[in-house]
Amino acid sequence: MDWPTIISILAATLRFATPLLLACLAGLYSERAGVFDIGLEGKMLFAAFFAAAVAAVTGNMWLGLLAGLGASLSTAMVQGVAAITLKGNQIIAGVAINMLAVGLTTFLGQSWFRQGGRTPPLPQGGRFLPIQLPFAAEIGQIPYIGPLYANVLSGHSIFVYLAFLAVPITAYVLYRTRFGLRLRAVGENPKAVDTAGIAVNLMRYKAVVVTGLLCGLAGAYFSIAQGSGFGNNMTAGKGYIALAALIFAKWKPYPAMFACLLFGFLDALQIRLQGVAMPVIGQVPVQAIQALPYVLTVILLAGFIGKAVGPKAGGVPYTKER
Amino acid sequence: MQRPSGAAAANPPAIELKGINKHFGPVHANRDIDLVVERGTVHGIVGENGAGKSTLMSILYGFYTADSGDILVNGLVQKITDSRHALGLGIGMVHQHFMLVDNFTVLENVILGAEGRFRIAPALHKARAALKALAAEYKLDVDPDAIIEEISVGQQQRVEILKALYRGADILILDEPTGVLTPEEADDLFRVLRTLREQGKTVILITHKLREIMAITDNVSVMRQGAMVRTLKTADTSPGELAELMVGRRVLLQVEKQPSLPGKPMLEVKKLTVNDDRKVARVKDISLTVRAGEIVGIAGVAGNGQSELLECIAGMRDPVSGEIRLAGDKISLRGDDGGRKARLAGLAHVPEDRQRMGLVTSFEAWENSILGYEYTEQFGRGPFLDIKAARAHAEERIKTFDVRPPNPRLKTANFSGGNQQKIVLARELGQDPDVLIVGQPTRGVDIGAIEFIHKQIIAMRDAGKAILLVSVELDEIRSLSDRILVMFDGRIVGEADPAKATENELGLMMAGIAATGGETR
Repeated sequence: MDWPTIISILAATLRFATPLLLACLAGLYSERAGVFDIGLEGKMLFAAFFAAAVAAVTGNMWLGLLAGLGASLSTAMVQGVAAITLKGNQIIAGVAINMLAVGLTTFLGQSWFRQGGRTPPLPQGGRFLPIQLPFAAEIGQIPYIGPLYANVLSGHSIFVYLAFLAVPITAYVLYRTRFGLRLRAVGENPKAVDTAGIAVNLMRYKAVVVTGLLCGLAGAYFSIAQGSGFGNNMTAGKGYIALAALIFAKWKPYPAMFACLLFGFLDALQIRLQGVAMPVIGQVPVQAIQALPYVLTVILLAGFIGKAVGPKAGGVPYTKER
Repeated sequence: MQRPSGAAAANPPAIELKGINKHFGPVHANRDIDLVVERGTVHGIVGENGAGKSTLMSILYGFYTADSGDILVNGLVQKITDSRHALGLGIGMVHQHFMLVDNFTVLENVILGAEGRFRIAPALHKARAALKALAAEYKLDVDPDAIIEEISVGQQQRVEILKALYRGADILILDEPTGVLTPEEADDLFRVLRTLREQGKTVILITHKLREIMAITDNVSVMRQGAMVRTLKTADTSPGELAELMVGRRVLLQVEKQPSLPGKPMLEVKKLTVNDDRKVARVKDISLTVRAGEIVGIAGVAGNGQSELLECIAGMRDPVSGEIRLAGDKISLRGDDGGRKARLAGLAHVPEDRQRMGLVTSFEAWENSILGYEYTEQFGRGPFLDIKAARAHAEERIKTFDVRPPNPRLKTANFSGGNQQKIVLARELGQDPDVLIVGQPTRGVDIGAIEFIHKQIIAMRDAGKAILLVSVELDEIRSLSDRILVMFDGRIVGEADPAKATENELGLMMAGIAATGGETR
């Protein structure tokens, strides 16, 4: 494999890791607060659809982004009410959101745009374009090292930078702020939080709001930054991979970043390997290569992470009285 | 209890409760409670498990809201709606099960809820200094950077106390603080409590251990079945008197029975040690024998290891060490199917808590009447239940045990407590066991049913069964048993002849004070 190929795989790794990372951090907030969120996928899908639909109609990427955030946030709130106030089963609530998202986005897409559930291609100004970092062209001239800056780090949309910036911010919020302290406490021992005089459910709602916003970013990235328009089920299970990454990272921000980079890398590699003849085994069927990230997810989760103990109060709605 | 309330505005009591009532569904957990806690004292509240002590304190701490009644803090009426409010009034609580976040550091736990601004660094800094000062003042040393799950239970309790003090608690409530402590840790806690009192703090100590009350408190209030029985000066009372107030002097239910004719040993327990779920030893090296045709009663204040002993003999809880013999044969009841092994060996079990362990309350009565025996040939054909046989059996049982209403198709939850208990007894006694273990047979059961249940137990004895009875009702133990063993702090501290021992003697033994042939602490 030559250097330009490696460069392009690395650049693709960042692009593929971005939605995973945003979704993974989204899950981190809500799960650290004790609310299991299997509905990351559904929230992203809603966000992707509404972002693309609004951007396509208005031609304004910012309005599109806003619509995406709004869609994801409202979905998160529905899920929050079910899981926190109504004390419903959090897994079921999440699964319901995911199933609803697949069906509803296609249905609305078809009835609004009549293109088989897809949204029309985005017009000028409807899409977030790559940003060139300063001096990318100049530094890119430096052999070997230059392309690492010019072609790997530079040239991504704002979402990519936001996602990676969200990692230190999350770490700071989680470990250095009042909000983070309470968030972690509420996921471990809500009763302790209650006796300390803090409203447990309000705290969980705050976490769910953050989750909704981050999922909104992740979803919008799919349709109005990485892609140009919404396609049926375009998140393709990335919400589940993000969840796997979250468990793999044991609910910690920096490990979450590395986990998402790993999964992103597998995705990038998978695309490169399609149609390439491998030594000894020859050409591997596309489907087998495409399955690679998922197979590895299973292997990693089953064998390599040891015992992943999540937040102790995860999945349990808080009831004050006996 | 009546006492002039602290109307003298100059020095009002720290806490005054007037007419507090609290229901949990049909359970009247607190009824018309009045209580005065003087400033700068250690005030004990004693009562058996379920007497309503913890509920009362949770109301004071704002964790529950009372259905009716007034709370006065320092002479002013307060509506305490949540814990934050209680903390604001200077009321801190150390809960029986610690309210700590296990994977947080000591400091993080201390500042939780009192973090100040958005960034927690200043609060951590301040707490570190404050902890140092508190440690010096009260000799409460803890490493501020230690992770909670890595320090001892005694240390964790210190963190709870520090948490309350850090938040400015002036009145400290401790709920059963010594239950999980070693004796040394408990002594250490008492030393801290004395220092707190010297510094002018008010301490409310909830416990069912009379030794602690005598050792540390200035005043003591006794609760029983949700009501406040009396408040006394500790110096003017005795453990015997308190035990009597706690357990309650009730009309002796006269049970007619002949002297027992004990046969050969049927149940032998040797050097049995059992832990509870928190891995604290609750049964400590106990040996006992129950012969055919006798009832051995275990007396004791609730929470002294009786439950764990019963559960272990019934195969529901694995022992740490020791052995159990049935009819001379050593048996192992370890593992998840311990209960079934016990049944197959001829041991029937009427559990202490019928709703949690004895019945599936959403089942119909006939289903419960075969539960645990559903695999026997009597009720099954291969993998299938013989429903006709099961219902016929239930009908017969219901008639024999006078269960009302006599309807095997009624949902179990719809029977009264006494009739639910009869369903359990009918099932367990109906299988003609050699050994019967009975826990709290008449808890929450009305008088008529009590008499019936007692007669059935005596009838089993006269039929030559070996019966081990555990009850917190001393009267029940005295009227049914042929021999009484007194359990205190996981040990058998004495044996008594029910015909000779007085209530007072038993009460003292139950309080761990006087013991015959046992060990005192």
